[in-house]
Amino acid sequence: MRKFTRPLLLCFAVLVIAVFLSIGVGSVAIPPKEALEVLLNTMEDTAPASDSTRTYQTILLTLRLPRTILMMMTGAALAGSGCAYQGLFRNPLADPYLIGAASGAGLGAIISLTLGWPASAFSYLTVPLTAFLCALLTVFLVFQLAKVRKSLPVTNLILAGVAVSSFATALTSFLLINASGELRRALVWLLGGSTMAGWKPVLGQLPFALIGLLGLLTFAYQLNVLQFGDEQARQLGINVNRARTKIVIFATLSTAAAVAFTGVIGFVGLIIPHIFRRITGGDMRRLLPISMVGGAVFLVLADVIARILVAPQELPVGIITSLCGAPFFLFILRRSKEKDW
Amino acid sequence: MQLRVSIDRAGYDQSATISDIHFNLQEGQLLAVIGPNGSGKTTLIRAISQVLPYIQGQLFINGTDLFQTSENSRARLIAVVPQSTYVPPSFLVREVVLMGRTPYMNWNGKASGEDEIFVREAMEQTDVEKFKDQLCGELSAGERQRVILARALAQNTPVLLMDEPTSHLDLRYQIEFLELTKTLSLNDGKTVLVAMHDLNLAARFGDVFLAMKNGTTDAFGSAQDVLLPEKLSEIYGLAVRVIKLPDGGSTAVIPQ
Repeated sequence: MRKFTRPLLLCFAVLVIAVFLSIGVGSVAIPPKEALEVLLNTMEDTAPASDSTRTYQTILLTLRLPRTILMMMTGAALAGSGCAYQGLFRNPLADPYLIGAASGAGLGAIISLTLGWPASAFSYLTVPLTAFLCALLTVFLVFQLAKVRKSLPVTNLILAGVAVSSFATALTSFLLINASGELRRALVWLLGGSTMAGWKPVLGQLPFALIGLLGLLTFAYQLNVLQFGDEQARQLGINVNRARTKIVIFATLSTAAAVAFTGVIGFVGLIIPHIFRRITGGDMRRLLPISMVGGAVFLVLADVIARILVAPQELPVGIITSLCGAPFFLFILRRSKEKDW
Repeated sequence: MQLRVSIDRAGYDQSATISDIHFNLQEGQLLAVIGPNGSGKTTLIRAISQVLPYIQGQLFINGTDLFQTSENSRARLIAVVPQSTYVPPSFLVREVVLMGRTPYMNWNGKASGEDEIFVREAMEQTDVEKFKDQLCGELSAGERQRVILARALAQNTPVLLMDEPTSHLDLRYQIEFLELTKTLSLNDGKTVLVAMHDLNLAARFGDVFLAMKNGTTDAFGSAQDVLLPEKLSEIYGLAVRVIKLPDGGSTAVIPQ
Protein backbone atom coordinates (compact mmCIF):
# COMPACT_ATOMS: atom_id res chain seq x y z
CA MET A 1 0.00 0.00 0.00
CA ARG A 2 2.78 2.44 0.83
CA LYS A 3 5.50 1.23 -1.47
CA PHE A 4 7.28 3.71 -3.63
CA THR A 5 10.97 3.25 -4.44
CA ARG A 6 10.73 -0.32 -5.68
CA PRO A 7 7.65 0.19 -7.87
CA LEU A 8 9.25 3.34 -9.27
CA LEU A 9 12.46 1.50 -10.15
CA LEU A 10 10.40 -1.31 -11.62
CA CYS A 11 8.50 1.20 -13.74
CA PHE A 12 11.73 2.65 -15.03
CA ALA A 13 13.01 -0.83 -15.84
CA VAL A 14 9.83 -1.65 -17.75
CA LEU A 15 10.11 1.70 -19.50
CA VAL A 16 13.58 0.81 -20.78
CA ILE A 17 12.28 -2.53 -22.07
CA ALA A 18 9.29 -0.81 -23.66
CA VAL A 19 11.53 1.73 -25.37
CA PHE A 20 13.75 -0.98 -26.87
CA LEU A 21 10.66 -2.87 -27.96
CA SER A 22 9.24 0.28 -29.52
CA ILE A 23 12.39 1.13 -31.47
CA GLY A 24 12.91 -2.51 -32.44
CA VAL A 25 9.48 -3.39 -33.77
CA GLY A 26 8.40 -2.51 -37.30
CA SER A 27 8.82 -3.42 -40.92
CA VAL A 28 12.54 -3.68 -40.28
CA ALA A 29 13.14 -5.38 -36.94
CA ILE A 30 16.06 -4.00 -35.00
CA PRO A 31 17.31 -6.23 -32.15
CA PRO A 32 18.05 -4.46 -28.84
CA LYS A 33 21.79 -5.13 -29.14
CA GLU A 34 22.05 -3.43 -32.52
CA ALA A 35 19.78 -0.62 -31.39
CA LEU A 36 21.99 0.04 -28.40
CA GLU A 37 25.06 -0.05 -30.60
CA VAL A 38 23.58 2.48 -33.00
CA LEU A 39 22.56 4.76 -30.16
CA LEU A 40 26.02 4.61 -28.59
CA ASN A 41 27.68 5.19 -31.94
CA THR A 42 25.50 8.21 -32.56
CA MET A 43 26.26 9.61 -29.16
CA GLU A 44 29.98 9.16 -29.69
CA ASP A 45 29.63 10.43 -33.24
CA THR A 46 31.40 7.45 -34.78
CA ALA A 47 30.53 6.30 -38.26
CA PRO A 48 28.29 3.25 -38.69
CA ALA A 49 30.26 0.04 -39.09
CA SER A 50 28.28 -1.47 -41.94
CA ASP A 51 25.47 -0.79 -44.38
CA SER A 52 22.94 -2.59 -42.24
CA THR A 53 23.78 -0.48 -39.20
CA ARG A 54 23.55 2.59 -41.42
CA THR A 55 19.99 1.62 -42.34
CA TYR A 56 19.26 0.91 -38.68
CA GLN A 57 20.60 4.30 -37.78
CA THR A 58 18.39 6.08 -40.28
CA ILE A 59 15.27 4.23 -39.17
CA LEU A 60 16.03 4.70 -35.49
CA LEU A 61 17.00 8.31 -35.51
CA THR A 62 14.52 9.73 -37.97
CA LEU A 63 11.48 7.57 -37.29
CA ARG A 64 11.28 5.32 -34.32
CA LEU A 65 13.22 7.13 -31.63
CA PRO A 66 11.41 10.48 -31.98
CA ARG A 67 8.08 8.70 -32.11
CA THR A 68 8.90 6.69 -29.00
CA ILE A 69 9.97 9.80 -27.14
CA LEU A 70 6.81 11.58 -28.26
CA MET A 71 4.72 8.71 -26.90
CA MET A 72 6.67 8.70 -23.64
CA MET A 73 6.14 12.39 -23.05
CA THR A 74 2.49 12.22 -24.07
CA GLY A 75 1.83 9.31 -21.73
CA ALA A 76 3.57 11.06 -18.87
CA ALA A 77 1.72 14.31 -19.57
CA LEU A 78 -1.72 12.66 -19.76
CA ALA A 79 -1.22 10.50 -16.66
CA GLY A 80 0.34 13.37 -14.71
CA SER A 81 -2.41 15.82 -15.52
CA GLY A 82 -5.10 13.19 -14.90
CA CYS A 83 -3.61 12.49 -11.50
CA ALA A 84 -3.52 16.19 -10.66
CA TYR A 85 -7.13 16.77 -11.81
CA GLN A 86 -8.32 13.83 -9.73
CA GLY A 87 -6.58 15.22 -6.68
CA LEU A 88 -7.68 18.76 -7.30
CA PHE A 89 -11.36 18.00 -7.84
CA ARG A 90 -11.25 15.24 -5.23
CA ASN A 91 -13.00 13.09 -7.77
CA PRO A 92 -11.87 9.73 -9.12
CA LEU A 93 -13.61 10.43 -12.43
CA ALA A 94 -11.81 13.64 -13.24
CA ASP A 95 -9.43 13.25 -16.13
CA PRO A 96 -8.34 15.49 -18.99
CA TYR A 97 -11.29 14.29 -21.09
CA LEU A 98 -14.03 14.40 -18.53
CA ILE A 99 -13.44 17.97 -17.48
CA GLY A 100 -13.10 19.16 -21.04
CA ALA A 101 -9.41 20.07 -21.12
CA ALA A 102 -8.61 17.58 -23.87
CA SER A 103 -11.53 18.53 -26.13
CA GLY A 104 -10.68 22.17 -25.59
CA ALA A 105 -7.07 21.50 -26.52
CA GLY A 106 -8.26 19.59 -29.58
CA LEU A 107 -10.40 22.52 -30.66
CA GLY A 108 -7.51 24.90 -30.18
CA ALA A 109 -5.16 22.72 -32.18
CA ILE A 110 -7.68 22.41 -35.01
CA ILE A 111 -8.25 26.17 -35.05
CA SER A 112 -4.54 26.64 -35.35
CA LEU A 113 -4.24 23.97 -38.04
CA THR A 114 -7.14 25.23 -40.18
CA LEU A 115 -5.93 28.79 -40.02
CA GLY A 116 -2.81 27.52 -41.69
CA TRP A 117 -0.44 28.53 -38.94
CA PRO A 118 1.50 25.29 -39.13
CA ALA A 119 2.86 26.49 -42.44
CA SER A 120 4.60 29.34 -40.67
CA ALA A 121 7.92 29.17 -38.93
CA PHE A 122 6.27 29.15 -35.52
CA SER A 123 4.13 26.10 -36.25
CA TYR A 124 5.43 24.04 -33.38
CA LEU A 125 4.75 26.87 -31.02
CA THR A 126 1.36 28.06 -32.21
CA VAL A 127 -0.43 24.71 -32.20
CA PRO A 128 0.31 23.87 -28.56
CA LEU A 129 -0.21 27.48 -27.50
CA THR A 130 -3.67 27.75 -29.01
CA ALA A 131 -4.40 24.26 -27.70
CA PHE A 132 -3.35 25.41 -24.23
CA LEU A 133 -5.42 28.59 -24.31
CA CYS A 134 -8.54 26.81 -25.54
CA ALA A 135 -8.06 24.05 -22.97
CA LEU A 136 -7.72 26.60 -20.20
CA LEU A 137 -10.84 28.37 -21.39
CA THR A 138 -12.78 25.10 -21.46
CA VAL A 139 -11.68 24.08 -17.96
CA PHE A 140 -12.56 27.52 -16.65
CA LEU A 141 -15.97 27.30 -18.30
CA VAL A 142 -16.64 23.83 -16.87
CA PHE A 143 -15.51 25.02 -13.46
CA GLN A 144 -17.80 28.05 -13.53
CA LEU A 145 -20.78 26.10 -14.83
CA ALA A 146 -20.40 23.32 -12.28
CA LYS A 147 -19.84 25.57 -9.30
CA VAL A 148 -22.65 26.02 -6.82
CA ARG A 149 -21.60 28.89 -4.61
CA LYS A 150 -18.26 27.67 -3.33
CA SER A 151 -18.64 23.94 -3.66
CA LEU A 152 -18.13 21.79 -6.71
CA PRO A 153 -20.65 18.94 -6.77
CA VAL A 154 -19.46 15.85 -8.59
CA THR A 155 -22.54 15.44 -10.75
CA ASN A 156 -22.40 19.07 -11.84
CA LEU A 157 -18.76 18.70 -12.76
CA ILE A 158 -19.46 15.64 -14.91
CA LEU A 159 -22.50 17.19 -16.58
CA ALA A 160 -20.75 20.47 -17.30
CA GLY A 161 -17.66 18.61 -18.51
CA VAL A 162 -19.66 16.44 -20.88
CA ALA A 163 -21.68 19.38 -22.19
CA VAL A 164 -18.74 21.68 -22.77
CA SER A 165 -16.70 18.83 -24.26
CA SER A 166 -19.48 18.02 -26.73
CA PHE A 167 -19.71 21.66 -27.67
CA ALA A 168 -15.96 21.87 -28.28
CA THR A 169 -16.02 18.61 -30.24
CA ALA A 170 -18.89 19.89 -32.37
CA LEU A 171 -16.98 23.07 -33.12
CA THR A 172 -13.96 20.96 -34.00
CA SER A 173 -16.02 18.88 -36.43
CA PHE A 174 -17.48 22.02 -37.96
CA LEU A 175 -14.00 23.43 -38.56
CA LEU A 176 -12.84 20.12 -39.99
CA ILE A 177 -15.69 19.97 -42.49
CA ASN A 178 -15.01 23.49 -43.64
CA ALA A 179 -11.28 23.06 -43.85
CA SER A 180 -10.13 22.06 -47.31
CA GLY A 181 -6.40 21.73 -47.70
CA GLU A 182 -5.52 20.87 -44.15
CA LEU A 183 -8.44 18.51 -43.73
CA ARG A 184 -6.68 15.20 -44.23
CA ARG A 185 -3.82 16.08 -41.99
CA ALA A 186 -6.07 17.37 -39.24
CA LEU A 187 -8.33 14.36 -39.43
CA VAL A 188 -5.50 11.90 -39.03
CA TRP A 189 -4.22 13.93 -36.16
CA LEU A 190 -7.63 13.88 -34.53
CA LEU A 191 -7.73 10.10 -34.60
CA GLY A 192 -4.66 9.97 -32.44
CA GLY A 193 -2.22 8.92 -35.10
CA SER A 194 1.15 10.50 -34.51
CA THR A 195 1.51 11.56 -38.09
CA MET A 196 3.99 14.26 -37.45
CA ALA A 197 7.17 12.34 -37.83
CA GLY A 198 10.67 13.39 -36.96
CA TRP A 199 12.11 15.45 -34.18
CA LYS A 200 10.12 18.65 -34.69
CA PRO A 201 7.06 17.56 -32.70
CA VAL A 202 9.32 16.20 -29.97
CA LEU A 203 11.09 19.53 -29.67
CA GLY A 204 7.77 21.34 -29.87
CA GLN A 205 6.21 19.28 -27.13
CA LEU A 206 9.20 19.14 -24.80
CA PRO A 207 9.04 22.61 -23.22
CA PHE A 208 5.27 22.49 -22.68
CA ALA A 209 5.26 19.02 -21.19
CA LEU A 210 8.33 19.73 -19.10
CA ILE A 211 7.02 22.97 -17.61
CA GLY A 212 3.60 21.40 -16.99
CA LEU A 213 4.87 18.25 -15.34
CA LEU A 214 7.65 19.84 -13.27
CA GLY A 215 5.17 22.52 -12.21
CA LEU A 216 2.74 19.85 -11.05
CA LEU A 217 5.46 18.08 -9.08
CA THR A 218 6.19 21.24 -7.11
CA PHE A 219 2.55 21.35 -6.03
CA ALA A 220 2.36 17.69 -4.97
CA TYR A 221 2.36 18.44 -1.26
CA GLN A 222 -0.21 21.22 -1.55
CA LEU A 223 -2.40 18.80 -3.51
CA ASN A 224 -2.19 16.47 -0.51
CA VAL A 225 -3.44 19.17 1.83
CA LEU A 226 -6.14 20.19 -0.66
CA GLN A 227 -7.57 16.67 -0.29
CA PHE A 228 -9.07 17.86 3.00
CA GLY A 229 -11.23 20.41 1.22
CA ASP A 230 -10.80 24.14 0.84
CA GLU A 231 -11.68 25.08 4.38
CA GLN A 232 -9.27 22.76 6.16
CA ALA A 233 -6.52 23.44 3.61
CA ARG A 234 -6.82 27.15 4.25
CA GLN A 235 -6.77 26.63 8.00
CA LEU A 236 -3.57 24.63 7.53
CA GLY A 237 -1.92 27.59 5.85
CA ILE A 238 -2.43 26.91 2.14
CA ASN A 239 -3.37 29.78 -0.14
CA VAL A 240 -6.08 27.69 -1.75
CA ASN A 241 -7.04 29.94 -4.64
CA ARG A 242 -3.48 30.51 -5.74
CA ALA A 243 -2.54 26.84 -5.42
CA ARG A 244 -5.61 25.70 -7.32
CA THR A 245 -5.15 28.19 -10.14
CA LYS A 246 -1.55 27.15 -10.64
CA ILE A 247 -2.34 23.45 -10.51
CA VAL A 248 -5.07 23.90 -13.13
CA ILE A 249 -2.66 25.85 -15.34
CA PHE A 250 0.13 23.27 -15.09
CA ALA A 251 -2.22 20.32 -15.56
CA THR A 252 -3.89 21.97 -18.54
CA LEU A 253 -0.50 22.82 -20.02
CA SER A 254 0.45 19.14 -19.80
CA THR A 255 -2.82 18.06 -21.38
CA ALA A 256 -2.46 20.59 -24.17
CA ALA A 257 1.11 19.48 -24.83
CA ALA A 258 -0.10 15.91 -25.21
CA VAL A 259 -3.17 16.65 -27.33
CA ALA A 260 -1.51 19.19 -29.61
CA PHE A 261 1.04 16.70 -30.91
CA THR A 262 -0.62 13.32 -30.69
CA GLY A 263 -4.32 14.02 -30.94
CA VAL A 264 -7.02 12.38 -28.94
CA ILE A 265 -5.73 9.57 -26.75
CA GLY A 266 -8.23 8.55 -24.11
CA PHE A 267 -8.11 6.65 -20.87
CA VAL A 268 -4.44 7.17 -19.95
CA GLY A 269 -5.17 10.04 -17.60
CA LEU A 270 -7.96 8.12 -15.94
CA ILE A 271 -6.60 4.63 -15.39
CA ILE A 272 -2.90 5.13 -14.74
CA PRO A 273 -3.31 7.20 -11.55
CA HIS A 274 -5.93 4.74 -10.31
CA ILE A 275 -3.66 1.77 -10.76
CA PHE A 276 -0.77 3.41 -8.94
CA ARG A 277 -2.98 4.81 -6.21
CA ARG A 278 -3.44 1.21 -5.15
CA ILE A 279 0.30 0.71 -4.92
CA THR A 280 1.62 3.94 -3.47
CA GLY A 281 -1.40 5.32 -1.64
CA GLY A 282 -2.85 8.81 -1.95
CA ASP A 283 0.29 10.85 -1.26
CA MET A 284 0.74 12.94 -4.40
CA ARG A 285 4.47 13.23 -3.81
CA ARG A 286 4.65 9.54 -4.69
CA LEU A 287 1.57 9.17 -6.85
CA LEU A 288 2.33 11.99 -9.29
CA PRO A 289 5.87 10.97 -10.33
CA ILE A 290 5.11 7.27 -10.52
CA SER A 291 1.95 7.94 -12.56
CA MET A 292 4.00 9.93 -15.03
CA VAL A 293 6.48 7.09 -15.54
CA GLY A 294 3.63 4.57 -15.66
CA GLY A 295 1.78 6.66 -18.23
CA ALA A 296 4.91 6.75 -20.39
CA VAL A 297 5.26 2.95 -20.21
CA PHE A 298 1.59 2.42 -21.01
CA LEU A 299 1.54 4.66 -24.05
CA VAL A 300 4.81 3.36 -25.51
CA LEU A 301 3.49 -0.20 -25.23
CA ALA A 302 0.10 0.79 -26.64
CA ASP A 303 1.87 2.38 -29.58
CA VAL A 304 3.84 -0.81 -30.22
CA ILE A 305 0.58 -2.77 -30.31
CA ALA A 306 -0.97 -0.15 -32.58
CA ARG A 307 1.87 -0.66 -35.03
CA ILE A 308 1.96 -4.46 -35.10
CA LEU A 309 -1.70 -5.41 -34.80
CA VAL A 310 -2.68 -4.77 -38.43
CA ALA A 311 0.84 -4.38 -39.84
CA PRO A 312 1.89 -3.00 -42.24
CA GLN A 313 -0.92 -0.58 -41.49
CA GLU A 314 -1.09 1.37 -38.26
CA LEU A 315 -3.97 1.86 -35.89
CA PRO A 316 -4.44 5.16 -34.07
CA VAL A 317 -2.97 4.60 -30.64
CA GLY A 318 -6.09 6.05 -29.01
CA ILE A 319 -8.03 2.96 -30.11
CA ILE A 320 -5.54 0.71 -28.35
CA THR A 321 -5.49 2.68 -25.11
CA SER A 322 -9.26 2.50 -24.85
CA LEU A 323 -9.46 -1.15 -25.97
CA CYS A 324 -6.87 -2.28 -23.41
CA GLY A 325 -7.54 0.37 -20.86
CA ALA A 326 -11.25 0.01 -20.29
CA PRO A 327 -11.37 -3.72 -19.49
CA PHE A 328 -8.20 -3.58 -17.43
CA PHE A 329 -9.58 -0.67 -15.49
CA LEU A 330 -12.84 -2.49 -14.79
CA PHE A 331 -10.89 -5.55 -13.71
CA ILE A 332 -8.87 -3.49 -11.23
CA LEU A 333 -12.01 -1.81 -9.93
CA ARG A 334 -13.86 -5.07 -9.42
CA ARG A 335 -10.96 -6.77 -7.71
CA SER A 336 -10.32 -4.05 -5.23
CA LYS A 337 -12.28 -4.11 -2.02
CA GLU A 338 -10.54 -1.07 -0.74
CA LYS A 339 -12.31 2.23 -0.54
CA ASP A 340 -9.83 4.70 -1.84
CA TRP A 341 -11.87 7.82 -2.26
CA MET B 1 -1.86 35.37 23.76
CA GLN B 2 -4.68 37.78 23.56
CA LEU B 3 -7.36 37.21 20.97
CA ARG B 4 -9.41 40.25 20.07
CA VAL B 5 -12.52 39.56 18.03
CA SER B 6 -14.61 42.40 16.74
CA ILE B 7 -16.91 41.23 13.98
CA ASP B 8 -19.40 43.72 12.62
CA ARG B 9 -20.85 41.54 9.92
CA ALA B 10 -19.77 38.20 8.39
CA GLY B 11 -21.28 35.49 6.25
CA TYR B 12 -21.28 33.70 2.95
CA ASP B 13 -22.30 36.82 1.02
CA GLN B 14 -23.41 40.41 1.67
CA SER B 15 -26.44 39.22 3.60
CA ALA B 16 -24.37 38.39 6.63
CA THR B 17 -25.36 35.51 8.88
CA ILE B 18 -23.61 36.81 12.00
CA SER B 19 -23.22 40.34 13.25
CA ASP B 20 -21.99 42.41 16.19
CA ILE B 21 -19.81 39.95 18.04
CA HIS B 22 -17.12 41.65 20.07
CA PHE B 23 -14.99 40.10 22.79
CA ASN B 24 -11.46 39.79 24.09
CA LEU B 25 -9.88 36.60 25.36
CA GLN B 26 -6.79 36.64 27.52
CA GLU B 27 -3.95 34.16 27.32
CA GLY B 28 -4.96 30.81 28.77
CA GLN B 29 -8.69 31.48 28.77
CA LEU B 30 -11.18 28.91 27.55
CA LEU B 31 -14.29 30.37 25.96
CA ALA B 32 -17.33 28.14 25.58
CA VAL B 33 -19.64 29.30 22.78
CA ILE B 34 -23.17 28.08 23.32
CA GLY B 35 -26.42 28.60 21.51
CA PRO B 36 -29.09 26.67 19.62
CA ASN B 37 -28.67 25.18 16.16
CA GLY B 38 -28.29 27.86 13.52
CA SER B 39 -27.30 30.53 16.02
CA GLY B 40 -24.03 31.14 14.19
CA LYS B 41 -21.44 29.24 16.24
CA THR B 42 -19.86 27.57 13.24
CA THR B 43 -19.98 30.77 11.21
CA LEU B 44 -18.18 32.57 14.04
CA ILE B 45 -15.37 29.99 14.00
CA ARG B 46 -15.17 30.23 10.23
CA ALA B 47 -15.04 34.01 10.49
CA ILE B 48 -12.19 33.98 13.02
CA SER B 49 -10.24 31.46 10.94
CA GLN B 50 -11.09 33.61 7.90
CA VAL B 51 -12.47 31.01 5.57
CA LEU B 52 -15.64 33.03 5.01
CA PRO B 53 -16.01 35.00 1.80
CA TYR B 54 -17.46 38.05 3.53
CA ILE B 55 -16.12 39.46 6.81
CA GLN B 56 -16.26 43.00 8.15
CA GLY B 57 -14.59 43.86 11.40
CA GLN B 58 -11.28 43.43 13.14
CA LEU B 59 -9.37 40.40 14.33
CA PHE B 60 -6.17 40.69 16.31
CA ILE B 61 -3.93 38.18 18.01
CA ASN B 62 -1.50 40.02 20.28
CA GLY B 63 -1.58 43.05 18.05
CA THR B 64 -1.19 41.07 14.81
CA ASP B 65 -3.93 42.06 12.42
CA LEU B 66 -5.26 38.79 11.03
CA PHE B 67 -6.62 40.52 7.95
CA GLN B 68 -3.09 41.56 7.02
CA THR B 69 -1.33 38.21 7.50
CA SER B 70 -0.74 35.49 4.92
CA GLU B 71 -2.44 32.10 5.13
CA ASN B 72 0.81 30.63 6.30
CA SER B 73 1.44 33.00 9.21
CA ARG B 74 -2.20 32.79 10.22
CA ALA B 75 -1.93 29.01 10.39
CA ARG B 76 0.94 29.47 12.85
CA LEU B 77 -1.37 31.50 15.10
CA ILE B 78 -4.72 29.72 14.83
CA ALA B 79 -5.48 26.01 14.57
CA VAL B 80 -9.01 24.81 13.91
CA VAL B 81 -10.83 21.59 14.69
CA PRO B 82 -13.74 21.91 12.25
CA GLN B 83 -17.13 20.39 12.72
CA SER B 84 -17.06 18.30 9.60
CA THR B 85 -13.89 16.31 9.99
CA TYR B 86 -13.64 15.05 6.46
CA VAL B 87 -10.39 13.16 6.13
CA PRO B 88 -9.26 11.67 2.83
CA PRO B 89 -9.48 7.92 3.41
CA SER B 90 -6.27 7.00 1.65
CA PHE B 91 -3.96 8.81 4.06
CA LEU B 92 -2.38 7.27 7.12
CA VAL B 93 -3.19 8.71 10.52
CA ARG B 94 0.39 9.86 11.12
CA GLU B 95 0.47 11.52 7.70
CA VAL B 96 -2.64 13.50 8.57
CA VAL B 97 -1.24 14.57 11.94
CA LEU B 98 1.98 15.64 10.24
CA MET B 99 -0.06 17.91 7.98
CA GLY B 100 -0.61 20.09 11.03
CA ARG B 101 3.01 21.09 10.48
CA THR B 102 2.22 22.43 6.99
CA PRO B 103 2.79 26.10 7.93
CA TYR B 104 6.31 25.24 9.11
CA MET B 105 7.32 22.95 6.24
CA ASN B 106 8.77 23.68 2.82
CA TRP B 107 6.96 23.35 -0.52
CA ASN B 108 7.44 19.59 -0.56
CA GLY B 109 6.23 19.05 3.01
CA LYS B 110 9.58 17.85 4.32
CA ALA B 111 9.38 17.17 8.04
CA SER B 112 12.19 18.30 10.34
CA GLY B 113 13.14 16.65 13.62
CA GLU B 114 11.17 19.34 15.41
CA ASP B 115 8.10 18.54 13.32
CA GLU B 116 8.40 14.87 14.28
CA ILE B 117 8.58 15.79 17.97
CA PHE B 118 5.43 17.90 17.81
CA VAL B 119 3.63 15.15 15.91
CA ARG B 120 4.62 12.45 18.39
CA GLU B 121 3.60 14.59 21.33
CA ALA B 122 0.24 15.48 19.75
CA MET B 123 -0.48 11.81 19.03
CA GLU B 124 0.36 10.85 22.61
CA GLN B 125 -1.87 13.56 24.05
CA THR B 126 -4.86 12.56 21.96
CA ASP B 127 -4.31 8.84 22.32
CA VAL B 128 -4.13 8.16 18.58
CA GLU B 129 -0.66 6.60 18.63
CA LYS B 130 -1.99 3.07 18.64
CA PHE B 131 -3.56 3.49 15.22
CA LYS B 132 -1.07 5.90 13.71
CA ASP B 133 -0.22 3.48 10.89
CA GLN B 134 -3.82 2.83 9.98
CA LEU B 135 -5.66 4.35 7.02
CA CYS B 136 -8.04 7.12 7.92
CA GLY B 137 -10.79 5.38 5.97
CA GLU B 138 -10.73 2.60 8.56
CA LEU B 139 -11.37 4.87 11.52
CA SER B 140 -14.59 5.51 13.40
CA ALA B 141 -15.99 9.03 13.53
CA GLY B 142 -14.69 9.51 17.06
CA GLU B 143 -11.21 8.32 16.19
CA ARG B 144 -11.20 10.65 13.21
CA GLN B 145 -12.14 13.53 15.46
CA ARG B 146 -9.17 12.76 17.69
CA VAL B 147 -6.87 12.59 14.67
CA ILE B 148 -8.00 16.06 13.65
CA LEU B 149 -7.42 17.30 17.18
CA ALA B 150 -3.94 15.78 17.10
CA ARG B 151 -3.33 17.62 13.84
CA ALA B 152 -4.48 20.89 15.40
CA LEU B 153 -2.20 20.34 18.40
CA ALA B 154 0.75 19.54 16.16
CA GLN B 155 0.13 22.91 14.55
CA ASN B 156 1.36 24.35 17.87
CA THR B 157 -0.60 27.60 17.77
CA PRO B 158 -1.35 30.01 20.61
CA VAL B 159 -5.03 30.06 19.64
CA LEU B 160 -7.19 26.97 19.17
CA LEU B 161 -10.72 27.05 17.72
CA MET B 162 -12.92 23.98 18.04
CA ASP B 163 -16.35 23.43 16.54
CA GLU B 164 -18.29 20.75 18.38
CA PRO B 165 -15.12 18.75 18.92
CA THR B 166 -16.78 16.15 21.12
CA SER B 167 -19.86 15.46 19.00
CA HIS B 168 -18.66 11.99 17.95
CA LEU B 169 -16.89 11.03 21.17
CA ASP B 170 -18.05 8.70 23.89
CA LEU B 171 -18.38 9.96 27.46
CA ARG B 172 -14.85 9.05 28.48
CA TYR B 173 -13.21 10.68 25.50
CA GLN B 174 -15.47 13.74 25.79
CA ILE B 175 -14.15 14.36 29.27
CA GLU B 176 -10.57 13.42 28.38
CA PHE B 177 -10.68 15.63 25.31
CA LEU B 178 -11.93 18.66 27.19
CA GLU B 179 -9.62 18.02 30.13
CA LEU B 180 -6.71 17.96 27.72
CA THR B 181 -7.93 21.22 26.22
CA LYS B 182 -8.22 22.71 29.68
CA THR B 183 -4.69 21.59 30.55
CA LEU B 184 -3.38 23.14 27.35
CA SER B 185 -4.99 26.44 28.21
CA LEU B 186 -3.79 26.37 31.83
CA ASN B 187 -0.25 25.05 31.32
CA ASP B 188 0.69 26.18 27.82
CA GLY B 189 -1.32 29.38 27.92
CA LYS B 190 -3.32 28.46 24.82
CA THR B 191 -6.34 30.62 24.20
CA VAL B 192 -9.18 28.27 23.34
CA LEU B 193 -12.59 28.83 21.81
CA VAL B 194 -14.96 25.85 21.84
CA ALA B 195 -18.42 25.77 20.34
CA MET B 196 -20.48 23.19 22.17
CA HIS B 197 -24.00 21.91 22.59
CA ASP B 198 -23.58 20.17 25.92
CA LEU B 199 -24.22 22.86 28.49
CA ASN B 200 -23.03 20.67 31.36
CA LEU B 201 -19.66 20.20 29.71
CA ALA B 202 -19.56 23.88 28.84
CA ALA B 203 -20.25 24.81 32.46
CA ARG B 204 -17.57 22.42 33.68
CA PHE B 205 -14.74 23.54 31.42
CA GLY B 206 -15.45 27.11 30.35
CA ASP B 207 -13.77 30.15 31.93
CA VAL B 208 -15.92 32.56 30.00
CA PHE B 209 -19.08 32.02 28.00
CA LEU B 210 -20.55 33.45 24.85
CA ALA B 211 -24.23 32.76 24.30
CA MET B 212 -25.33 33.27 20.73
CA LYS B 213 -28.79 33.69 19.32
CA ASN B 214 -29.84 34.55 15.75
CA GLY B 215 -26.26 35.18 14.72
CA THR B 216 -25.39 37.69 17.37
CA THR B 217 -24.20 37.99 20.96
CA ASP B 218 -26.89 37.31 23.48
CA ALA B 219 -24.66 37.27 26.51
CA PHE B 220 -20.95 37.25 27.21
CA GLY B 221 -19.25 36.81 30.55
CA SER B 222 -18.60 34.43 33.40
CA ALA B 223 -20.85 31.54 34.42
CA GLN B 224 -22.73 33.79 36.82
CA ASP B 225 -23.57 36.17 33.99
CA VAL B 226 -24.46 33.69 31.26
CA LEU B 227 -25.52 30.35 32.70
CA LEU B 228 -28.71 31.67 34.25
CA PRO B 229 -31.94 29.71 34.01
CA GLU B 230 -33.97 32.61 32.61
CA LYS B 231 -31.26 33.46 30.05
CA LEU B 232 -30.83 29.85 28.87
CA SER B 233 -34.59 29.34 28.74
CA GLU B 234 -34.89 32.38 26.52
CA ILE B 235 -32.01 31.39 24.23
CA TYR B 236 -33.10 27.80 23.70
CA GLY B 237 -36.82 28.42 23.94
CA LEU B 238 -37.13 25.76 26.62
CA ALA B 239 -37.49 26.04 30.37
CA VAL B 240 -34.35 24.85 32.17
CA ARG B 241 -33.10 24.60 35.71
CA VAL B 242 -29.51 25.36 36.65
CA ILE B 243 -28.42 23.37 39.68
CA LYS B 244 -25.25 23.66 41.71
CA LEU B 245 -24.29 20.12 42.51
CA PRO B 246 -23.46 19.32 46.14
CA ASP B 247 -19.91 18.22 45.20
CA GLY B 248 -18.91 21.88 45.11
CA GLY B 249 -17.89 23.29 41.75
CA SER B 250 -20.03 21.60 39.12
CA THR B 251 -23.14 23.04 37.61
CA ALA B 252 -25.85 21.01 35.94
CA VAL B 253 -28.31 22.33 33.41
CA ILE B 254 -31.47 20.27 33.27
CA PRO B 255 -34.47 20.81 30.98
CA GLN B 256 -37.72 21.06 32.88
